[in-house]
Amino acid sequence: MAIIEIDHLTKRFDDIVAVDDLTLEIADGEFFGLLGPNGAGKSTTLLMLTTLVRPTSGTARVNGFDLVRQAGQVRRSIGIVFQDPSSDDTLTGYENLKLHGMLYGMPPALREQRIVEVLELVDLTNRKDSIVKHYSGGMRRRLELARGLMHRPKVLFLDEPTLGLDPQSRDHIWAYVERLVREENITVVLTTHYMEEADRLCSRLAIIDHGKIVALDSPANLKLVLGGDVVSLGVGKGEPNLDAVKALGFVDKIERRNGIVQLTVRDARDRLPQILQAIGEVKSIEVRPASLDDVFMHYTGREMRESSAEGGWAERSMHYRSATR
Amino acid sequence: MGRTIDALQIRHEIGGIGAIWYREWKVFLREKSRIVASAVNPILWLLVFGGGLGRSVSIPGTDYQAFIYPGILAQAVLFSSIFFGVYIVWDRKIDFLKEVLVAPISRTSVFIGKVVGGATDSVVQSVILLVLGVVLSRFGMIPGLHPTVTGFGAALLILALTTASLVSVGLILGAWMESPEGFQLVSSFLLFPTFFFSGALFPLDRLPSWLAPLVRLDPLTYSVDALRHVILGTAHFALGLDLAVMVGFTVVVIAVGSVAFQRMKV
Repeated sequence: MAIIEIDHLTKRFDDIVAVDDLTLEIADGEFFGLLGPNGAGKSTTLLMLTTLVRPTSGTARVNGFDLVRQAGQVRRSIGIVFQDPSSDDTLTGYENLKLHGMLYGMPPALREQRIVEVLELVDLTNRKDSIVKHYSGGMRRRLELARGLMHRPKVLFLDEPTLGLDPQSRDHIWAYVERLVREENITVVLTTHYMEEADRLCSRLAIIDHGKIVALDSPANLKLVLGGDVVSLGVGKGEPNLDAVKALGFVDKIERRNGIVQLTVRDARDRLPQILQAIGEVKSIEVRPASLDDVFMHYTGREMRESSAEGGWAERSMHYRSATR
Repeated sequence: MGRTIDALQIRHEIGGIGAIWYREWKVFLREKSRIVASAVNPILWLLVFGGGLGRSVSIPGTDYQAFIYPGILAQAVLFSSIFFGVYIVWDRKIDFLKEVLVAPISRTSVFIGKVVGGATDSVVQSVILLVLGVVLSRFGMIPGLHPTVTGFGAALLILALTTASLVSVGLILGAWMESPEGFQLVSSFLLFPTFFFSGALFPLDRLPSWLAPLVRLDPLTYSVDALRHVILGTAHFALGLDLAVMVGFTVVVIAVGSVAFQRMKV
């Protein structure tokens, strides 16, 4: 059964089409990923699905309720962890959760019981009376995860839940998300540009670029599309014989960037000698299985992240966002 | 069936208003410097400005310091109420607003909750200033002021109504402005004329002909006048007119505020 039915959803801002005629079904209990670079339309899609932004045209049903006509019921059905921290940092963790329970009309007894449960789930019980200002970034994200779950939503939206966190906190958040999916039995929609995150968590994902879905499948199947391995050959300023490589017949894709030639090859380990013979002199060799990064590259022709340095992209995007506010 | 759902929804909306108020109250209690600061400036106006000028200025029937006491109360509420609107700009900036707007309550309830929250802050401030008025007049520092329980009680009610409308104005401005800096700029254009034209510092009896109509256009004029009625026992307009204008103004700005919140972007 589909818990989310997106039907020709479109959002225009002046002359920019942020989300372009999106149609998609997400099944009950799925862990669904929306993958794409900044500005691809992930967050706008999420803001529409959470009733915060009105679609220009098209609609969607969440838990059977129409986004526009039944916004109140949609809101009762969903929980959200926003991209930027959205808790009040002058309140304590407990007070933020209490406020949330009040906003969602939870009876006091149930509210207090759920606060205990969700605090336990994200290991914040002993910090519940600290003011959120004194939380670390990871703790704050965990608090908001707890908050998003508190009213037992049918669907939990996670918008870049690990953006700006250090690798260790990111790992923690993933572990919590996996745990809550097991324990709370809900549908999760995740947006991210961390490929490892999508690969590890999602049962199915959509790659979005320029407001459109360019690929939709399980991470494993998406990687299969690429057909195997990625061979990176450092050629420096040399003159690699790419025509000869092409002539080998089993190389699916050839790209050259910054002194590196990247090939997509099935059974690369067996065919490496032939490739090396064809291409001429190389300075370095790397062979690895295709990742979602490569899948993204394959579909969009661009790299997801500019560098593989942990957190680098996130930090830069944070700077970017604070600079453009 | 329809009626029970409506009743449930109304309960949720009231709970939501309570939630917003709960948050504003917690924040207010945590920012103690705000409470102290909100009492210091009015007292400076009253003692330094009023005390200094009072020696040279005479108002028929009362001392100048006692005469401006109601105006200073209104001024204190004016500034704190309008500035409360900046918190909605901050809520948006820190993304807390999204958490509130995605909750299953109407934006009208969010607005009302904010109004009640901001008004509570100003009422607390008013209570402090009224108590200080009693204390200072006991020590003879506000000559001519003779506090009575009924007079000061009525003053608190008038101040509560005044802050409800002014917080609404602040929130309308906050819903409209994108940055705290922009809010400060625009609000100061609003605050000073409203304060000066309200007659907080001068009697309305013998105004120059160009000034009189501007004074009558200023909604705060009627709050100051009503406060003079209940605190000093003498004023310019009839108390009934003052209250009618205040109630009318409050109804209008609350209606406009609900619409402004409806249209507010996240």
